[in-house]
Amino acid sequence: MPKHLLGLLLVLPALAVILLLFVVPLATSLVGAFKVEDRFGFGNFAKSFELYTSDIVFTVVIVSLSTAIIGILSVAIGGYLVLGENPRAVAILRWLYRWPLFIPFIVVGQILRTFLAKNGLMNNVLIEVGLITPLQAVSFLDWRGIVIAFVWKQTPFVALLVSGAMASVDRSTIEAARNLGASRLRILVEIIVPQVATTLMVGLVLSFVTMMSVLSVPLMINAQSPTMITADIAFRINAYGDYGVANALGLISLVASACVGWFYLRQTLRERS
Amino acid sequence: MTRSIPWLARLASRFDLWWIPRAIVLGLLAFAIFGPLTNLLLWTVAERWYFPHAMPLDYGFSYWERVFSPRGTAMESLANSVVVASMTVMASMALAVPAGYALSRLELPFRALILLAFLVPQAFPNLPVYVNIARLFYQLGLNGTVTGVVLVHVTHGLVYAVWIATAAFSAIDTELEEAARSIGASALRTFRDVTLPLAAPGLLASAIFVFLESLDEFTGSYFVGAPDVNMLPLLLYTASAGGNYQIASITALLLLIPSVGFMLVVERFLRSDVLSKVGH
Repeated sequence: MPKHLLGLLLVLPALAVILLLFVVPLATSLVGAFKVEDRFGFGNFAKSFELYTSDIVFTVVIVSLSTAIIGILSVAIGGYLVLGENPRAVAILRWLYRWPLFIPFIVVGQILRTFLAKNGLMNNVLIEVGLITPLQAVSFLDWRGIVIAFVWKQTPFVALLVSGAMASVDRSTIEAARNLGASRLRILVEIIVPQVATTLMVGLVLSFVTMMSVLSVPLMINAQSPTMITADIAFRINAYGDYGVANALGLISLVASACVGWFYLRQTLRERS
Repeated sequence: MTRSIPWLARLASRFDLWWIPRAIVLGLLAFAIFGPLTNLLLWTVAERWYFPHAMPLDYGFSYWERVFSPRGTAMESLANSVVVASMTVMASMALAVPAGYALSRLELPFRALILLAFLVPQAFPNLPVYVNIARLFYQLGLNGTVTGVVLVHVTHGLVYAVWIATAAFSAIDTELEEAARSIGASALRTFRDVTLPLAAPGLLASAIFVFLESLDEFTGSYFVGAPDVNMLPLLLYTASAGGNYQIASITALLLLIPSVGFMLVVERFLRSDVLSKVGH
């Protein structure tokens, strides 16, 4: 048997699973978004925007804000791991930052739901330290809670990718810049970050898409209006069996993710040309 | 600067003053990471705890007894979760080992494209997909069955299984296989006795990845499994939505332990020679 054919035969079953259980339902979802009672039209989108415009804006703003914070924090963590001069502090940071790496979103939701609540440990510590009085304690279980949950969970993932890429940056340019008297911050921003930009972008784009489709965090932390698109999709299905609007909302979140992906692709293509 | 002030210089020589900002930043980070985890642990042993009390009023294990009582739903959820995760691992590895071997050793047309295809379930928002799978499975009678949930988890886990398996096979020196072939071993025997044992740590890592991914998966189980197939994440969600924070926290802890454990040992399984080949 020719090698090509054998190889394709070995890959085929796995590919078939992806095709049948992901690509086909994805296509169904895209078609279903335009289907209004057996006819095609934009009715579902009109209804989606009429009911959920504020949620759509809310979702895009929250996920973009989280992505930006994740990017800044992972560059800071990766930068210190590469440029930090004290080996003990670097070792502590390396041990510390990746704890949330594999913790599932639903657990993150539960953990932060109790931590950020009005009588959660965070407010209690702030009260004990004397920074706020018990009357000033407020619950963070709104958009801030969602942002905190996303940043808490996704930063270790991006930081792991970024610090790996940073570790393989050529040391000699860094040493040369240090000898010329450049500060560490300047080396990080002007020499290291441009060299790991692709890895950073991949991590951030994947995080953006992941956050766009997380259902458990908005359900656990803030299910009141305004909430995220994912919670609305679940609500349309569970309360009304309304697949049309659910699929339209799905397509809207897909478009938002595609915009980020397209931005990334354009950036890398421009760099390569 | 410090040299001009003798006492400061002496102090600095004994104690690095940079430790002050370092300790503040690392301390804040530690609080941000371990504070929520501590809060969770407190909730698992809190008998009574409400505002404005900073700490639980009573401690005890009565909720643990309730969770682990033979009639409790938690044991059923735990069993379901473990069964589904184990079946997901078996199915994923059965698909991924041949695929990974082919992708790393046999010259495939469109290799990069095929590798990318496995990333698709991660690269698109998957909630609308799960909604439509649930609808499809409902027509096929798969909704609310263990098989249905396993199929959803396999689709999601394949990217880890295939990518890490491919990397694990790519990291093996081809000369070892060629040496086995040259002394007369068949292709199948070479694969069984040389390639597979060498790739084992990487394959084990991908199996653990798939297992954890399945154990933690919420959205797919919520649409395809609930309410017939109860799993740990679903139990956590219903307990938390019902305001029963103790049960929710104990369930969260059960899910947390394997995740954190894997984080601590992942580098032992995924050595850098394998890691550097992921996605190539």
